[in-house]
Amino acid sequence: MAKYLLLKHYRGAPAAVNDVPMDQWTPEEVAAHIQYMDDFAKRLESTGEYVDGQALSPEGTFVRSDGPGRPPVTDGPFAETKDLIAGWMVIDVDSYERALELAGELSAAPGAGGEPIHEWLELRPFLTAPPTITGCHG
Amino acid sequence: MVDEALLRGLTPTVIAVLVRRGAGFAAAEDAVQEALIEAVRVGPEDRPRDPQGWLITVAWRKFLDAARAEAARRQREDLIHAEPAPGPGAAVDDTLRLYFLCAHPSLSPASAVALTLRAVGGLTTRQIAEAYLVPEATMAQRISRAKRTVAGVRFTRPGDLATVLRVLYLVFNEGYSGEVDLAAEAIRLARQVAAMTKDEEAAGLLALMLLHHARRPARTRPDGSLVPLAEQDRARWDTRLIAEGVGVLQAALARDRLGEFQAQAAVAALHADARTAGETDWVQIVEWYDELVRLTGSPVARLNRAVALGEADGPRAGLAALAELDPALPRRTAAAAYLHERDGDLATAARLYAEAARAAGNLAERDHLTLQAARLNARLRGCT
Repeated sequence: MAKYLLLKHYRGAPAAVNDVPMDQWTPEEVAAHIQYMDDFAKRLESTGEYVDGQALSPEGTFVRSDGPGRPPVTDGPFAETKDLIAGWMVIDVDSYERALELAGELSAAPGAGGEPIHEWLELRPFLTAPPTITGCHG
Repeated sequence: MVDEALLRGLTPTVIAVLVRRGAGFAAAEDAVQEALIEAVRVGPEDRPRDPQGWLITVAWRKFLDAARAEAARRQREDLIHAEPAPGPGAAVDDTLRLYFLCAHPSLSPASAVALTLRAVGGLTTRQIAEAYLVPEATMAQRISRAKRTVAGVRFTRPGDLATVLRVLYLVFNEGYSGEVDLAAEAIRLARQVAAMTKDEEAAGLLALMLLHHARRPARTRPDGSLVPLAEQDRARWDTRLIAEGVGVLQAALARDRLGEFQAQAAVAALHADARTAGETDWVQIVEWYDELVRLTGSPVARLNRAVALGEADGPRAGLAALAELDPALPRRTAAAAYLHERDGDLATAARLYAEAARAAGNLAERDHLTLQAARLNARLRGCT
């Protein structure tokens, strides 16, 4: 079993095939999209592959330490930030091939005109705990 | 409150008894889980003298309750009048069949692991979910799907022991965190399978687990970082586990039916045998890896053989053996980095350690490899 992160980008991924901003869809199309996402998560739970899913606000703040005893410095949001994460789903699957298959399905969520969005999702494997038996270095 | 570990150990036997009395596997497994939960709740005054008999009684009642709620009247009466006739010899066979069922080839490895831990290990769904870092609802679904998958499998058919051993190996090797010590659990189950089957490879797997488990106190620093075998404090190895592992292995090897787990355990035993890293008998280790390559053809075995060869015949020999392997093989770059360092080529080693760190599949290894690269780069700059 291996865990993967499916990352959905507001910006930073190549353009989707059906690339119409969500606020231009009809309310029914938006509702159908949300339903598809919910159904997808429920189905993954029923197959024992769902771990987590969250959506993120596009408005973010950059924060850094400014030294002991001083409040942290904040900056942003930056309108020009090239990469902006919209949300994620974490899955726990038997193989990389299965992860690809699921990412493909999620990418085909319906969008404008009820047509699949075919958006680009980023698939990232989790780093795991080290196996006990590796041969020479354990 | 009764001894939870003792009760968990009875799980497969009790499931088997219910199945023999006519319950389906899935229903029997559910009933035993409920009985276990009730057992943990009862007060000391109700503590059963005969935990197995008590568990069978309660589980059978749970099963009948469920059957009453669901099944037709006629079916129910058939069940109530079913003949409960467990012979003592049948119990071992039934328990073993349960292992086969839980590791059935129709199940994915993850499903087989989850079902084995629940139906044979007696762990709760919550404990298994916590160990594998998934939500409890997801693990519950994974287990119930697995139960549906094997629902049609005839309980009387003998299964494939190799798949059972593979599942236990996975539990041991990929055990994560949580309140349950999965490595210890895997050892407990492997011990049971080895005792029931008298199979050489089951013994080999048990020995392999014991010998690796013996090193656990020395494998990680308090901060969780990995200590390579050569740098481990061997005084912290568990000599009792080593002695047991070596004994189990020697008995298996004496029967002259070598398999991959025995060969892997033999390598582990040779490491355990060396008082210092410098005393390691690398020549013999290379020979065992030759056996492993012959038995499995596994690229991982070839990689480990190349590293062992680098120790036995010098780093150049190891690098020559590595050169024949697929460059994409996991840990090949890390092995090359190590051999180049031993060969005195620090610049190449540092570059390869950094490259291997980027490709590492787990955090502890990545940190370890990054530290190696940083250590060599500091030396190259003349800092140390």
